[in-house]
Amino acid sequence: MIAMADSLAPKSNTQATISSRFQRVQAEGRLALMPFLMAGDPDLATTAEVLLSLEQSGADMVELGIPYSDPLADGPVIQAAASRALASGTTPARVLQMLIDLRGKLSIPVILFTYTNPLFNRGMERFCDEAAEAGVAGLVVPDLPLEEAERLSPLASARGLDLVLLVAPTTPAERMARIAESSRGFTYLVSVTGVTGERSVMEERVESLVQQLKLSCSNPVAVGFGISGPQQVRQVRNWGADGAIVGSALVKRMAAAAPGFVAQEAGLFCKELRNAAG
Amino acid sequence: MILSIPRVVSFLPGVPVTSTLPSQPKDADLAVSARPSAQGRFGRYGGQYVPETLMPALAELEQAAAQAWKDPAFTTELDRLLRSYVGRATPLYEAERLTAHYCRPDGGPRIWLKREDLNHTGAHKINNALGQALLALRMGKKRIIAETGAGQHGVATATVCARFGLECVVYMGAEDMRRQALNVFRMRLLGATVQPVTAGTATLKDATSEAIRDWVTNVESTHYILGSVAGPHPYPMLVRDFHAVIGQEARQQCAEAFGRLPDVLLACVGGGSNAMGLFHPFVQDRSVRMIGVEAAGDGVETGRHAATITEGRVGVLHGAMSLLLQDDEGQVQEAHSISAGLDYPGVGPEHSYLCEIGRAEYAAVTDQQALDALRLVSELEGIIPALETAHAFAWLETLCPTLAAGTEVVINCSGRGDKDVNTVAEKLGNQL
Repeated sequence: MIAMADSLAPKSNTQATISSRFQRVQAEGRLALMPFLMAGDPDLATTAEVLLSLEQSGADMVELGIPYSDPLADGPVIQAAASRALASGTTPARVLQMLIDLRGKLSIPVILFTYTNPLFNRGMERFCDEAAEAGVAGLVVPDLPLEEAERLSPLASARGLDLVLLVAPTTPAERMARIAESSRGFTYLVSVTGVTGERSVMEERVESLVQQLKLSCSNPVAVGFGISGPQQVRQVRNWGADGAIVGSALVKRMAAAAPGFVAQEAGLFCKELRNAAG
Repeated sequence: MILSIPRVVSFLPGVPVTSTLPSQPKDADLAVSARPSAQGRFGRYGGQYVPETLMPALAELEQAAAQAWKDPAFTTELDRLLRSYVGRATPLYEAERLTAHYCRPDGGPRIWLKREDLNHTGAHKINNALGQALLALRMGKKRIIAETGAGQHGVATATVCARFGLECVVYMGAEDMRRQALNVFRMRLLGATVQPVTAGTATLKDATSEAIRDWVTNVESTHYILGSVAGPHPYPMLVRDFHAVIGQEARQQCAEAFGRLPDVLLACVGGGSNAMGLFHPFVQDRSVRMIGVEAAGDGVETGRHAATITEGRVGVLHGAMSLLLQDDEGQVQEAHSISAGLDYPGVGPEHSYLCEIGRAEYAAVTDQQALDALRLVSELEGIIPALETAHAFAWLETLCPTLAAGTEVVINCSGRGDKDVNTVAEKLGNQL
């Protein structure tokens, strides 16, 4: 088994922080593999099984979506997953309860991916309290750019949660440096000008963006949006990134799996990616 | 004689205009409305809640607009086209028979219509579409995208794109395409691609989300002509400023017609662009009451409505913090209105702000009230208003009995109703 309880974890529970996990992955010369799945797609019991399966299959961290009705940064695959998750009655509170129930079983860091409105509706402080209580390691909020993140970031940090900020290919160099500086845990490099979803080829400019980010800040850099499979994971690794986030490709594979085999299918795909990620 | 509309037989005595405002806004609050903060905040409303990919494009747009307004070449060209192509200035028309309809033994308010329905393409929407198309040309963007609900903004955008030889893609909910088939055909005739959106409720909210996703993907080549005073900064300010010509003309026309400022401004509010255009030049004039009328659909108590300010809570949709129809978990709710242009669960952030500081009032009328008003105005004035616009007219039933004799009321007659004839015929078919 590749992943195990992280001895570097400073928290009272057994889950590692994002930073400690990146340190370990970097020390071992590997690329951090960070699969994304939508919580509650098709239901939360399946999500819990998939999370454990991903850990056993070599995921270093996991990005867990909380569904929102109007996901502006998502392409058709994740939009459909969010619709299925909402139809199964998934709410932020239920997602956090599922994570509490997984305590002691899941040791890899969990990063929540959701939009501003569900967080704002819950109350930013209250949500951060509850997420920290459930052992969550970080947050990614794709419709909360640098200027709007200023309020949330200290609230999250005070509770041991990393607010991860995103940079895009359209971001000017000076702004990219400021975002990387403010981002916690790692910097999320959106690899395409566009929404989430599989792409057949990675844009070549991603390589120089990775280099630029590595030079501007000591934060690890993880690449996401548009990574479809092992070949692109390998490419991202060769370009010098520290992590790769694979979402739509995994979500699609899970949606196509026969009932009862979703976790197994997710694990198989994760192992393919793991082999490519070293 | 319209039998379906009950006549008001009793009335309240006229009350001083300012006493009906919920509270007295401070000067500083009114100034914020004129010019939001650097992040586009009207108080706590507004902002830029969008994917990072769009942030540089929003900055570019804000800068381009600021430069354009200072450039006489731009303002002269805009003014020339507003006159020669759009047909401005639109008249301020005294609706004598409507005024007579609401007259009491002691007199009643006088009702004026700002005839935005007489603009080229039949609604106020072209003021903004034209202005933004000129901006796109300045920014060197050759591809235009837009969202549309009723199709009026889509038609206006397709029109200006044809005029300037720009590629045009309009996102429209599949349900709205059915309701507004005539406008779909008009857009195609003008050379635009109409892209059906089947996600979610297949209405304006989903069309807007899809247009934003297109922009995220094609931002380097494309300008997004957003059609309301909604969306991320600078759109609420930008769209308002292009529509402010409505209020600027009305102000001058009121002075010419009756020698003073109007007492009441009345406009329908979905996203709120026609209302902001009329209200904006009067925000600092406390004596002028501003009333926005929302769509109550089947009735706000049924939950099937689009009355965002009346019933919404603060939230974030399509890049802005504003009032929002949402459930307990912060999921955006479906809106319902007979009028496709008002069928939206959000509202422009400046309206939320004007409501919060007590500067503007907001009310809501049902589908049926809007239909009744559409018939009344058609029969009394020979003007078939758009279903959206009919919501503003419908509020006269409640408002007029409370107004002192001689009160000057200006309604933004924001669009004409030709596009709605099929919808109205479905509802009123047996009654006509």
